[in-house]
Formats: sequence, C-alpha cells, structure tokens
Amino acid sequence: MSAEVRIPTILRPYTKDAKTVSAEGENLSAVITNLDSQYPGLGERLLENGALRRFINIYINDEDVRFLGGLDAQVKAGDSVTILPAVAGG
Amino acid sequence: MTLEISRAIVDAILEQSRAEYPDECCGAILGPIGSGKPERLKPMINAAHSPTFYEFDPKDLLALYREADDNDEEIVVIYHSHTETEAYPSRTDIAYAGEPGAHYVLVSTREEIAPAIEFRSYRIIDGEVTEEEVSITA
Repeated sequence: MSAEVRIPTILRPYTKDAKTVSAEGENLSAVITNLDSQYPGLGERLLENGALRRFINIYINDEDVRFLGGLDAQVKAGDSVTILPAVAGG
Repeated sequence: MTLEISRAIVDAILEQSRAEYPDECCGAILGPIGSGKPERLKPMINAAHSPTFYEFDPKDLLALYREADDNDEEIVVIYHSHTETEAYPSRTDIAYAGEPGAHYVLVSTREEIAPAIEFRSYRIIDGEVTEEEVSITA
C-alpha cells in the first residue's frame, strides 16, 4: 500500500532533502518501519519507546492520527501522510 | 542578521500578549517563500491555555501549513510570550524548535517591566540560539 509521505524541513536531512517520499505499509506503524528502512534514523525521530512522540504530529489525509488509532491507523494506497513537528514551547 | 518587521504587526502581537495574559499567547507570521519577510500575521490559539506553555493545536497547525502552501508562503516567524520570565528562549523552546528556517520571536509581559513589553527575535538551529536585531519599519 504505497502512501505519499510529506517530510517537514527539519527531517529532510534524512531523506536527502526530499520533501515527499513513498512508503509502504498497511498501517502507520508499518509505514514508519518502511520509512526507517529507506531513510535510517528517521524512525527514531518519530517514535520513542515504540510509541509516537508527543510533539510530532502525523496526519493521514489531513486527519490527525491521534483520532485514527495512532500507530494502528490504517494506510491505503494513494493516501497522503503528512508529518509536522509541533509548534510548542514554554 | 536582522528581522525586519512592520510596526503594525509588532503592535498587534504586543496587544495580543496583553489580551491573553496571564496565559502565553502564540502565533505565526507568513511571508512569500524565500523572501524572509514577515507580512501576514496569523495569531493562533494557545491550545495549552497555560501561563508557562504554548502549543498550536495540531489541526490549526495543519491548516496553517496548507494555507501557506496555497499562497506560496512559508512560516517566517513563530512567536509566543513569556508571562513571568525574560524574552529569551527557554530550554523547552529550544528543545521543541522544529522549524529551522523560522525566526523565533519572544515577547515578555512580566510584571517587573510592566507596562513595557520586551520584543526580541532569535534563530534556533540544531539546539543553538542566536539572537538577532529587530528592525521595526513604519
């Protein structure tokens, strides 16, 4: 299930500056594993202890994956996955 | 490095920080891609509603990026206020600075300097903070 993944500026060093890459996987977890195998180190920026990092936002077709089951969120062929670091601070 | 910004936008940010005190206020300023010019002010809701933390709501954040894309704009400035401390990036600000191309503007509304407000700008890249001059244009 090939999805189109949009990479934020801060993570483009992992993808040799590509803004958009393809990834395979039936759910978000599989997609992230696939991304990490293509772009080593990318997985660690998205996950901590096997869970999605709190201050990384991921959307599938513009829906926040937090409402789609997180790492279990289904990904279908042609889906658009967008990664955006949170804008936050103290 | 200098951040050039209009008086009108600075005043609007100062006003927003006063209005939302004692919570931190936040927002972004968009500008044409590659121009470095902060032209279009986008105040954002602080989803944390806190005097010590700010966060753009994830849905608002996506909408902001989509809007910028649609208009060939990018985020030039990300701003927020510190209600009790100085207008300098905190450890948290540095840890979460996820937009390396942006200017991070800090505003301080702390009691000791009231009614004055501090307005300062920084680049935060790879954990390093560099303050820059702010040049306010008419």
